[in-house]
Amino acid sequence: MIMAIEQGEIEKVAELSRIRISDEEIGQVTERIAEILQMVDQLQAVDTHDVEPMANPLDATQRLRPDEVTQSNRRDAFQAIAPAVENGLYLVPKVIE
Amino acid sequence: MRWETVIGLEVHLQLATESKIFSGSPTTFGAEPNTQASAVDLAMPGMLPVLNEQAVHYAVKFGLGIGAQISKRSIFDRKNYFYPDLPKGYQISQFEAPIVGKGSFEILMEDGSSRTIGITRAHLEEDAGKSLHEDFNNHTGIDLNRAGTPLLEIVSEPDIRNAAEAVAYLKALHSLVTYLGISDGNMAEGSMRCDVNISLRPLGSMTLGTRAEIKNVNSFRFVEKAIHHEFQRQADILEEGGKITQETRLYDADRDETRSMRSKEVANDYRYFPEPDLLPIVIDDIYIESIRESLPELPADKRSRFTAQYGLGPYDANVLSDSRPLADYFETVAGECGDAKIAANWVQVELLGQLNRAGSTIEKCPVSATALGQLISRILDNTISGKMAKQVFESMWKGEGDADEIIEARGLLQVSDTGAIDAIVNDVLSANAAQVQQYLDADEAKRKKLIGFFVGQVMKLSKGQANPQMVNELLAKKLT
Repeated sequence: MIMAIEQGEIEKVAELSRIRISDEEIGQVTERIAEILQMVDQLQAVDTHDVEPMANPLDATQRLRPDEVTQSNRRDAFQAIAPAVENGLYLVPKVIE
Repeated sequence: MRWETVIGLEVHLQLATESKIFSGSPTTFGAEPNTQASAVDLAMPGMLPVLNEQAVHYAVKFGLGIGAQISKRSIFDRKNYFYPDLPKGYQISQFEAPIVGKGSFEILMEDGSSRTIGITRAHLEEDAGKSLHEDFNNHTGIDLNRAGTPLLEIVSEPDIRNAAEAVAYLKALHSLVTYLGISDGNMAEGSMRCDVNISLRPLGSMTLGTRAEIKNVNSFRFVEKAIHHEFQRQADILEEGGKITQETRLYDADRDETRSMRSKEVANDYRYFPEPDLLPIVIDDIYIESIRESLPELPADKRSRFTAQYGLGPYDANVLSDSRPLADYFETVAGECGDAKIAANWVQVELLGQLNRAGSTIEKCPVSATALGQLISRILDNTISGKMAKQVFESMWKGEGDADEIIEARGLLQVSDTGAIDAIVNDVLSANAAQVQQYLDADEAKRKKLIGFFVGQVMKLSKGQANPQMVNELLAKKLT
């Protein structure tokens, strides 16, 4: 099974990710992603029905931390590097819903 | 055409942890903007999430509370969408392998009937921040204090058929999670937020219609109103031969309407994939069993016990088991006075009435359960009448002392001394000779009405302190 991808799908994913791809680039991007998907197709062909999915080569599992407050307020330091702040809020271009 | 409403609810429950789900920032409500947002919550480059054990514990506790399958291995996924109050560009959630699987619980309707509502799943995720759209020179203000607050999203099966059931479901859920102690359940502070999935189908049809999702309905009353409104909107469209669009709508409480929220083509395409920054969560039987052992008696069990042990009706049992503090209060009162039915009546009518009027809660009640129990004991041992007890209760509420002190100070002791009552009865009868004659001439049915007059006169003369039962007995004896 060959996984084909249309230019329209690339445009949609780009919009969802807020990535701008110019008209000149889009053809090339589509081709390159199609190549990557072909590689995925090759991998799909391998029979894995009795192989357990591996999340970590050492079979490690998630360590949990105790429910303790360890972070203090460092708003001034964080906001010193923000482009725009007001009344303690980070300002971003107006979001209209 | 007659329509059947099919409703499924998604509840976002804020878990009562001290710190966030993936960082050590505090979760206190109402702090100054961005003072509880650490580098992890702000999505600074290179920051990694570390999972809070208490959040896992609470999720498992919920799962056990609804008799659900607990996944011994669950994974986190990234749910990708673009919004400035989500600085990472994705929400860490669970998609493929949630920690809590299928379960169910019982809801009780006001008429005493009950229904079982299925729970599809419950999964852990992080909350987003808050966008403030007030005027900041054409900018939006972002507060990330809430970003990373642990949420349990509880998804119901489409088992709910009307607004009343939806409200009953939410109340039962609220009761359950506060019993379990996994959330404060404070709806005004957003600890329990609800999305309503609603579709219509012709009555008798088995296939589901196209649904609309109504976001962020944050009170029991609004859930009811939003469902009524959305039913009407969809029914109007369908009856004119139109089609329902699958979309997300927002309930506007001010205008009592729902309206479309965002463009449907690109929404709901979250491109989930496994979160590479977190390993699978693996929990064992010992862990699950230790949580099971810590489970308190749950609302449904308490309800059945109240019915069996105290002989309460299903409605009374439901009201009294609604919250743990109320249930404990009732049981203390019942134990103290020894009569559960009178205790139930007093707690529901006098106490809850007084609390409602004062806009207060059982936790802040000025009259202790033991004190109320003692007051009821004074009715049961004929020290005071039920009517007097209500006055004493008012005084206790104002902090004037315990029942015995108030009865003593006010001279409210009920007179049960036969001689004293006998004298008053004689006075009343001789002062009302005409009425006595009228009584003696009357037939049985009429006599029942007339006797009330004499009782009233005796009570008046005794300033309400005569034991009513004795007054009745004496009158019956003398009026022959």
